[in-house]
Amino acid sequence: MPDATFLDSTELVLNMGPQHPSTHGVLRVILKLDGEKVLGTDCVIGYLHRGVEKIGENRTYAQFNPYVDRMDYVAAVSNGLGYCLAVEKLLNVEAPPRAQAVRVILTELNRIASHLIWLGTHALDIGAVTPLFYCFREREEALKIFENYCGARLTTHAFRIGGLQYETYEGFEREVKAFCKMFGPKVDEYEELLTNNRIWIGRLKGVGVLSADECKEYGVTGPLLRAAGVKWDLRKAQPYSGYEKYDFEIPTRETGDTYDRYVVRMQEMRQAARIIEQAVENIPEGPIMGKVGKVIKPPVGEAYVSIEAPKGELGYYIVSDGSTQPYRVRVRPPSFVNLQALDRMVRGGLIADVVAVIGTLDIVLGEVDR
Amino acid sequence: MVKLLKKIFLWDLIAGLKVTFRNQNPKYICTEQYPAERPRVAERYRGAPRLNINPDNGETLCISCNLCALACPEELIVVTSERNEQTKRKDLTTFTYDLSRCMFCGLCEDACPVDALELTQDFELATYTREGQIWDRQMLEEGPRPTRYKC
Repeated sequence: MPDATFLDSTELVLNMGPQHPSTHGVLRVILKLDGEKVLGTDCVIGYLHRGVEKIGENRTYAQFNPYVDRMDYVAAVSNGLGYCLAVEKLLNVEAPPRAQAVRVILTELNRIASHLIWLGTHALDIGAVTPLFYCFREREEALKIFENYCGARLTTHAFRIGGLQYETYEGFEREVKAFCKMFGPKVDEYEELLTNNRIWIGRLKGVGVLSADECKEYGVTGPLLRAAGVKWDLRKAQPYSGYEKYDFEIPTRETGDTYDRYVVRMQEMRQAARIIEQAVENIPEGPIMGKVGKVIKPPVGEAYVSIEAPKGELGYYIVSDGSTQPYRVRVRPPSFVNLQALDRMVRGGLIADVVAVIGTLDIVLGEVDR
Repeated sequence: MVKLLKKIFLWDLIAGLKVTFRNQNPKYICTEQYPAERPRVAERYRGAPRLNINPDNGETLCISCNLCALACPEELIVVTSERNEQTKRKDLTTFTYDLSRCMFCGLCEDACPVDALELTQDFELATYTREGQIWDRQMLEEGPRPTRYKC
């Protein structure tokens, strides 16, 4: 027998992904392992790089609008809202009140749809299969509203620069109200399955802890930041699209572990339903399109607009050189920034925790790689 | 005693099956029997493009203004026309639409000033060749003809 076998080596390098079902896309994580303990990770991204920012430089402002839907494809409406708000800031116009109200309704519906995907896939990674089917059942109702409103379920292209292209359809308000009424008890149903589940708590409590200071260091935003106890939500901090009119709370938790992030997102779904209920109660009458010409030609300048997307702060930085095409479009995607914290969250943990942490990060690789 | 009887007659199983059978209600069945039953897509669904014709005389509504081709982010629409000396108008000669590159954003539909180009509710767009994805004027006017299956 030789003295040293491979079993004696302390470090094992293991590739997780890019074709691993629980990396939620084409993310490759190089894990350095000591037995089951994670010594360090290395993320390899770029498998889904499509050069969206560069495409933006070769398209007119209106033409680039459908492309932003394809970054975070489970929250396409939020992406569209951020882009439209950025160009509207460049043009110095504001969407009319009716358009703003409809935008809020659709964006919050999209937040629910995005969180439902997160909950379903996250629970599936941990080993609970049932919530996935329940989540997709309710998501279907939200997607039906999108389809009826703008004709597409996922890559919606719902908003246009300056307002909306489509007037709400007949029965829109009724369907949205029915969704809100139906949705509250459904969240209770998910919570019944998971919140006090011993396996769920055992797998999530104390896993992937990210303190408030660490969040700020990494620039992590969204539910991850709020789970660490920082009350930071752009809808409250710098309201856009009329969010100041609605009464809602920012759910926060203290420790910032995976379980807390679960609780925060569940609360966020309830709050989103609350915002929709308020918004749909009185959609103001009036035009749906602001004063924007057929050819969009913003003055020379630059604008940065950030919104609270389901996954965190989504920012668009657009530089205009006075022509019909943007000089530069830079996107600050929440998933990309949040993914940086992966190493800190899983270091010292077990390999099974990596799956839980990737799930809780709620990344969409289309947005990470752009 | 009651506990024992419940155990003997498998009461828990019956209670569980009650839930199962309650969900057999056709109201809760979501499975679509495609292709025997075709799903109903929304009225505003953005699917296969169609070039509308005037139902009275069969002439195209398109005025060859080229606005759809300019609006398209993928530049997949090609419109050619020739000038009619009698009517002093442009007559449409060819109209090609490359569906393989289309992302169904609907910008061409919005740009059309006469509602000639429209995205319809047809969603079955598979072909056997890549060339089949490039639709000419005739195909755009007639629309796709998917096989209808009977159950």
